[in-house]
Amino acid sequence: MPLSINLTINGGARNVALDDPRVTLLDLLRERLALPGTKKGCDRGQCGACTVLVNGRRVNSCLTLAATLDGAEITTIEGLSNGELHPVQSAFIENDAFQCGYCTPGQIMSAVGLIMEGSAGDDPERIREGMSGNLCRCAAYHGITLAVQEATRRMAENRREDAA
Amino acid sequence: MKSFDLIQPATIDEALAAWQPGASWLGGGTNLVDLMKAGALQPDTVIDVNRLPGLREIETLSDGATRIGALVSNAELASDMEFARSFPAIAEAVLSGASGQLRNAATVAGNLMQRTRCAYFQDPNAACNRREPGSGCDARAGENANLAVLGWSDACIATSPSDLCVSLAALDAVVEIRGREGQREIAIADFHLLPGDTPERETALQPGELIVAVRLPAEARQFAANARYLKVRERTSFAFAVASCAAALQMEGGRISKARLALGAVAARPWRVAEAETLLAGHLPDTDLFARAADAALAGASPSGANAWKIELARRTVIRALTLAAAGTPARMPALPASPFGELAGELAHV
Ligand SMILES: Cc1cc2nc3c(=O)[nH]c(=O)nc-3n(C[C@H](O)[C@H](O)[C@H](O)COP(=O)(O)OP(=O)(O)OC[C@H]3O[C@@H](n4cnc5c(N)ncnc54)[C@H](O)[C@@H]3O)c2cc1C
Ligand code: SF4
Ligand code: FES
Ligand code: FES
Repeated sequence: MPLSINLTINGGARNVALDDPRVTLLDLLRERLALPGTKKGCDRGQCGACTVLVNGRRVNSCLTLAATLDGAEITTIEGLSNGELHPVQSAFIENDAFQCGYCTPGQIMSAVGLIMEGSAGDDPERIREGMSGNLCRCAAYHGITLAVQEATRRMAENRREDAA
Repeated sequence: MKSFDLIQPATIDEALAAWQPGASWLGGGTNLVDLMKAGALQPDTVIDVNRLPGLREIETLSDGATRIGALVSNAELASDMEFARSFPAIAEAVLSGASGQLRNAATVAGNLMQRTRCAYFQDPNAACNRREPGSGCDARAGENANLAVLGWSDACIATSPSDLCVSLAALDAVVEIRGREGQREIAIADFHLLPGDTPERETALQPGELIVAVRLPAEARQFAANARYLKVRERTSFAFAVASCAAALQMEGGRISKARLALGAVAARPWRVAEAETLLAGHLPDTDLFARAADAALAGASPSGANAWKIELARRTVIRALTLAAAGTPARMPALPASPFGELAGELAHV
């Protein structure tokens, strides 16, 4: 049974024909839609490398069946910058928040989700807890925490400026 | 993964009609899809319940009870301010489980129904009575350090992995169910079954029945001022419990008037012992008293493998959880929910 789903991916409408209900959102993005920025680490929800936003909330794309997402809005690492880097992306560069970079797209998408959730603020302990679903085998955790802290502050400032 | 038919019903009646032997309900998929990838579960039909109407509300009923729709996500539940204020130990338990990403996807019903993390259950090549009745139990002579010390049988020594369920058990939650024959409800204490000779029967849910809500009685709110969840893990965060405890007290003039206590990660269901609760009532909070309650809670515990250490760990977890509950629910959710490292503020607390 071919399934046809409509998705908005990084702002663009896409109609996707699926020949198999087993396809995860992760495999759809990487293998079928030429969006390999989202990474596959464990494929079992344990590492966070595959984190994307679905309807504004961060989830593990490896455990999400694409066929269930008709009508959803997906944001991946490729859709974060609009010409200029997203504040979380710049903060990762400035704070040396990676080494090999494999976990980085997932870290950044998770950080964007966490900042929108608004529960951690710039408290380093709450950031570490909020980011615990993203493993970094290079152990860049110190830089990641600093980057999320800085991006949180910068985004709050930007919002204040926009409001003024 | 074995292929399957995906059905996406629009109403509960359609969903119930679509169910047939070999079908599985799909909530957030964080447990089902994982086990389907591993080959441990191979449903022919997957019925996506996410489009069913009316299952995403958290509401207060006229009798003061709180009703949580089956599809409320774990994240929505814990971040609902009114809910977290009324049931802080439940919010803390939820936030101590899985990760931010998983909690966004995971549903309340899926959390109740999640399968054991016993490694042999997940491995289709291993002998496992729970997955394949009569095949044996590879855990008995294998990796069993984190398996059950209470309520286990020769057939199965697995534990229930849910944190949410431990807190729900302490507060006498009720599971609301729909089936083709209509609606019924099951007390959470009777929901998860001990293995006995039939470990494949994990819950009191009958085939084809659907969880539609979880309800907390009005009385459960009365513990809000002194309710904690404590979860000991192998790492600070994003790990299943090695031992956990939900402790909820009602205090009157410095004395405990009512106590609720449930242990996690020690048995195939949340472990609640009435005697442990009654012996606390009427007394001033005190470590010796808590130790007696912990002994009562762990009465009959015995190692099912290389896990005798868990009995003492669980005992100390109970004492610590009661101590925290007696000290009062913190004004704000701790930075490290349910963590034994959570009492100090800020950077120092991190290990
Ligand atoms: C890496 C990792 C770490 C985790 N850590 C923790 C942890 O520390 N603590 C913890 O408690 N949990 C933890 N979890 C488990 C997580 O909480 C569960 O996977 C999740 O709650 C399941 O919810 P779901 O909606 O995704 O369920 P699904 O995966 O969709 O379904 C799970 C089961 O429930 C059944 N089901 C779903 N909805 C219904 C319904 N309405 N009625 C009847 N049956 C239904 C399904 O058929 C299936 O058998 C972890 C999971 C992962 C992958
Ligand atoms: S302990 Fe239970 S779940 Fe684990 S292998 Fe034995 S029968 Fe299976
Ligand atoms: S690839 Fe999805 S969590 Fe690891
Ligand atoms: S930078 Fe290498 S895994 Fe994180």
